[in-house]
Amino acid sequence: MSARSTQPVFWLLFGAGGMLSALIGAVLVFITGIALPLGIFVPADVLSYHEMAGFARHWWAKAFLFLVVSLFLWHGAHRIFHSLHDLGIHAKKAPALACYGLAFFGTVVAAAELLRIGF
Amino acid sequence: MKRTYVRSMDGWWRRDPFFLHYMAREATAVFVVIYAAILLVTLARLAQGEASFGRWIAMLRSPASIVVHSVLFAAFLYHTWTWFRIMPKTMPPIVVADRRLAPWQITALGLAASGAASAALLAAVVALAT
Repeated sequence: MSARSTQPVFWLLFGAGGMLSALIGAVLVFITGIALPLGIFVPADVLSYHEMAGFARHWWAKAFLFLVVSLFLWHGAHRIFHSLHDLGIHAKKAPALACYGLAFFGTVVAAAELLRIGF
Repeated sequence: MKRTYVRSMDGWWRRDPFFLHYMAREATAVFVVIYAAILLVTLARLAQGEASFGRWIAMLRSPASIVVHSVLFAAFLYHTWTWFRIMPKTMPPIVVADRRLAPWQITALGLAASGAASAALLAAVVALAT
């Protein structure tokens, strides 16, 4: 029996989230936060309950949204956790629990809300 | 008991531009988490139904939200730039035709991939919406 470190798992999630956000994060912010609300490049009435719920009912849209929300959270949690050391917070247990705990909580909530939206 | 002098580490990252860039790069994580939280609330509002999502749309159209998303957009662009800037140091060497890819080539490839993926995603959204 050997005690295995859980760090590689967190590092992998950090890397996956960092890569996904580096590839499409900026354009996602532009689409959901600027283009859709202001009707830039798309008709202004596309941002409506029926259009968005219809979109989120596709299984592939659910998979995409789940990956974006959860991986972004795991990426941020890991990076913030390690930056706390640089800011002079040297405790390990409580910050790790807070950072990774919040990412885990967000992942579960994302899955639950996507299921609640229905198919 | 002898007390040895311990130099204070307070504000160490403000002492050198290299440290400042490092901390700025790490700070993008905060913006990534804020955006994920906004998306999470959007999903929750969508699951709650039409009335709730309608109020959320009004919030998304407010000037304050546009300002917040513009700041997030700038932070994400900075994250993209720094992510591919340090990629040559974080990944194993890539050998093409018996030669190692130069750091700037790896950065350029990453930025090009990001540009292509972003253009494809935006085109897909525009096509879906119209």
